[in-house]
Amino acid sequence: MAEPKTVPLALIRNFSIIAHIDHGKSTLADRLIQTCGGLSAREMREQVLDSMELERERGITIKAQTVRLDYTAKDGQTYRLNLIDTPGHVDFAYEVNRSLAACEGSLLVVDASQGVEAQTLANVYQALDNDHEVIPVLNKVDLPAAEPERIQQQIEDVIGLDASGALPISAKTGEGVADVLEAIVTRLPAPKGDEAAPLKALLVDSWYDAYLGVIVLVRIIDGHLKKGQKVKLMASGTSHLIERVGVFRPKQEMTGHLGPGEIGFFTAAIKQVADTRVGDTVTDDKAPCAAPLPGFKEAQPVVFCGLFPVDAAEFEDLREAMARLRLNDASFSFEMETSAALGFGFRCGFLGLLHLEIIRERLEREFDIDLITTAPSVIYKIHMTDGAEIELHNPADMPDPVKIERIEEPWIEATILVPDEHLGAVLKLCEDRRGRQQTLTYAGTRAMVVYELPLNEVVFDFYDRLKSVSRGYASFDYHIVGYEPGPLVKMSLLVNAEPVDALSIIVHRDRAEARGRAMCERLKDLIPRHLFKIPIQAALGGKVIARETIAALRKDVTAKCYGGDVTRKRKLLDKQKAGKKRMRQFGQVEIPQAAFIAALKIEEN
Amino acid sequence: MRHGGIDEERFLAAYRTELDHMAALTGPRKVASVFFGGGTPSLMAPATVAAILDQIATNWRLAGDAEITLEANPTSVEAANFAQLRQVGVNRVSLGVQALDDAALKALGRQHSAAEAKAALGVARDHFERVSIDLIYARPYQNVRRWQRELEAALELGVDHLSLYQLTIEPNTPFAALNAAGKLLVPDSESAAELFEATQAITEQAGLAAYEISNHARPGEECRHNLLYWRSGDYAGVGPGAHARLTIEGVRTHLATLRPPEAWRDQVEAEGHGLEDQHALASSEHVSEFLLMGLRLAEGIDLQRLAAIGGEIDAEGLAMMRAQGMVEIDEGWLRVSDQGRLVLNAVIAELVA
Repeated sequence: MAEPKTVPLALIRNFSIIAHIDHGKSTLADRLIQTCGGLSAREMREQVLDSMELERERGITIKAQTVRLDYTAKDGQTYRLNLIDTPGHVDFAYEVNRSLAACEGSLLVVDASQGVEAQTLANVYQALDNDHEVIPVLNKVDLPAAEPERIQQQIEDVIGLDASGALPISAKTGEGVADVLEAIVTRLPAPKGDEAAPLKALLVDSWYDAYLGVIVLVRIIDGHLKKGQKVKLMASGTSHLIERVGVFRPKQEMTGHLGPGEIGFFTAAIKQVADTRVGDTVTDDKAPCAAPLPGFKEAQPVVFCGLFPVDAAEFEDLREAMARLRLNDASFSFEMETSAALGFGFRCGFLGLLHLEIIRERLEREFDIDLITTAPSVIYKIHMTDGAEIELHNPADMPDPVKIERIEEPWIEATILVPDEHLGAVLKLCEDRRGRQQTLTYAGTRAMVVYELPLNEVVFDFYDRLKSVSRGYASFDYHIVGYEPGPLVKMSLLVNAEPVDALSIIVHRDRAEARGRAMCERLKDLIPRHLFKIPIQAALGGKVIARETIAALRKDVTAKCYGGDVTRKRKLLDKQKAGKKRMRQFGQVEIPQAAFIAALKIEEN
Repeated sequence: MRHGGIDEERFLAAYRTELDHMAALTGPRKVASVFFGGGTPSLMAPATVAAILDQIATNWRLAGDAEITLEANPTSVEAANFAQLRQVGVNRVSLGVQALDDAALKALGRQHSAAEAKAALGVARDHFERVSIDLIYARPYQNVRRWQRELEAALELGVDHLSLYQLTIEPNTPFAALNAAGKLLVPDSESAAELFEATQAITEQAGLAAYEISNHARPGEECRHNLLYWRSGDYAGVGPGAHARLTIEGVRTHLATLRPPEAWRDQVEAEGHGLEDQHALASSEHVSEFLLMGLRLAEGIDLQRLAAIGGEIDAEGLAMMRAQGMVEIDEGWLRVSDQGRLVLNAVIAELVA
């Protein structure tokens, strides 16, 4: 199909969809693509934009995806709509921001029975910060539990957004989808841009493709991007010759050209994603634009943990697998680490816990490597008595306490939305985690509570606990607000009198005893009985604050073993030996792989 | 074996055929012991036992002092055969008494009573020089005191060999289901350990110390046939579901016959043997078995023999087990201590390289 070289800016609309998980964002995207003929019915499958297996499984979007749609409106004109799909989880908030920065408007999709959630709230505010026009969409109105009027009011009360023009739809049945397309054209502004100016484009995202190498997603602000052009990445300072230029519909389609206001991709023999900086400005190498775009703050890892292969022989495989994953995810960092107990492994940095889990799962699933994950940690700032400042990523590296003047830990501001019948449980959880309540407001029967919390109290299982105490109704969003000094201590776990560095954590002094007791109790159940009794201790410095004992194995002997039994017994022995291989030896104690993470799960009632 | 009539004759013919096959595999050997076991060999016609022994003596050299054991249930029916069995050459009987408590015998699914068992034992002792009885303990509701009384009563019967097995709940049995449902109050591992320790003390005092995990005898009265298993000697297995370990052309070989009796017989008739499996053991398998069996014995294992079969012990595991007092080495023999015997499976797992 012949592609017109340029489309008037007035006929372009760039938009993203903001929605909470399960509120129907992907279904609506599927429906828009289908209505505009982006894919034939045969090619349609659910969540077409979520290409990773994990994304489909978990119903979340991890990487931003775009699609160009041709839509003929009621005014008879054919518009070019560019949809940028955004991730829906707090760990990937920075990706949301970059997607929003590439468009002029958003659809705010809210489930007409569930209502506004915390994550939605945060993303709408980001959209408004980006001067977006926002169209509220009330989805799932076909469900019996739908209360579009109440939710419409809630949008006004909670977000403070005029919801009088909210569109009631059902992405599932297709009801109201035509109105959404029409509203995109009539209510969202067209992009602005100067066709004659030098090339200026926003680097929105990049990822690695096995066939094409690094694919760079861009939004053209001014000028043109063409195949064969030599471009410069202004912040990186590198120049590249453009090999391919195209768009997603959602299949790749080479256009050879992108004009102002358009969203598309290019490839330029770039080897790894780390060579492209998200938020960078792409310009012409010979005739650059005068000033770069403001760009984004780089996403910084906030959660760290050690990943070690269960089988030490798999260390090199692990290194290779991590390098492969990093090709496509520059926000994940790793460096080699040695642990007295676990041998060689990697200290890894992640954007959040979901990010950690996803990377870990991909390593185990796609690369078939069994991993031991050590206690997740945040970055502590340690001020030494000699004036030095250390960033601590790993509790095992904690300096001698007598040389420490003070320790600072990161704090977050968390926004939680919860139906009022679960508010009490949520408040208790926040208080238990050293939270400081900032505000508590109501919108109908839903409470919105803002807390300041230390990140290290949230990092491990806060989200799971929140879901559990609110029966799944609470939603949560956070951002880091800064560092504060705190009475933090390193708690060591000793198994059979030997410290297991992979289990040491940094904890508030007042919470140390309870945490220590809980961890000792869990380990007592997680470590199988041995031939000798095993003391498990939690200690601060040399002082033991909690203790449990695993009793020695009392009896384990086969009563009958004659000539006819020997083959079967030998096979049992082989199985037993294989089971031991999946454990890690600490001194004389074997600790199962799963115990490391399970030991940290806090049982709270 | 199916007993009686033409069928028993057909089976006997199959036994003879398979004995010939085994002899062809082993070449000339001296047979030190024969064990009629599994099922109820005591219901075989004594003439059949005689014919099998004749065949063995024909195929190999049967030692003059060969131990010839037969397993029997302690019932009057089976005891009725004892005199004739002795005449055809059986010189040792192992009686599956299992308990000296009628309620327990019923619970174990046995058809005999305690009184009948004692009577059968009396008959056996009249005819055989050597008699052994089996008892099962760590039964539901059994505490140390009750077991002590039962064991002392058994010792008063004056036998020179006792097999004392702790009840094992095998998976996928009705017992396992009852146990899982908490309806089978079997002693927990602490009580089972105490029962085991009490057993060792009582038998030792009575002069029948354990020479193997579950086997006790007066010195010299040990079952020579079973010692052969635990010492990883060569043994042929004949009949349905029999296992064997034979050194064939210098290689330790595993052999197993078909388990369903008719299928075994039919194959013997068709092919001259009932084997369903015959393969050389890998050296590591042979070594594992050597440790697995040998360490059950009070005498332990001869480390020179272990080295001779190319085996070694995990050095770290051995050091650990010695330090914990689980094993000891004495004049080239490695043996498991009293403490180690209770947790033998775990000890062996540490020692196997």
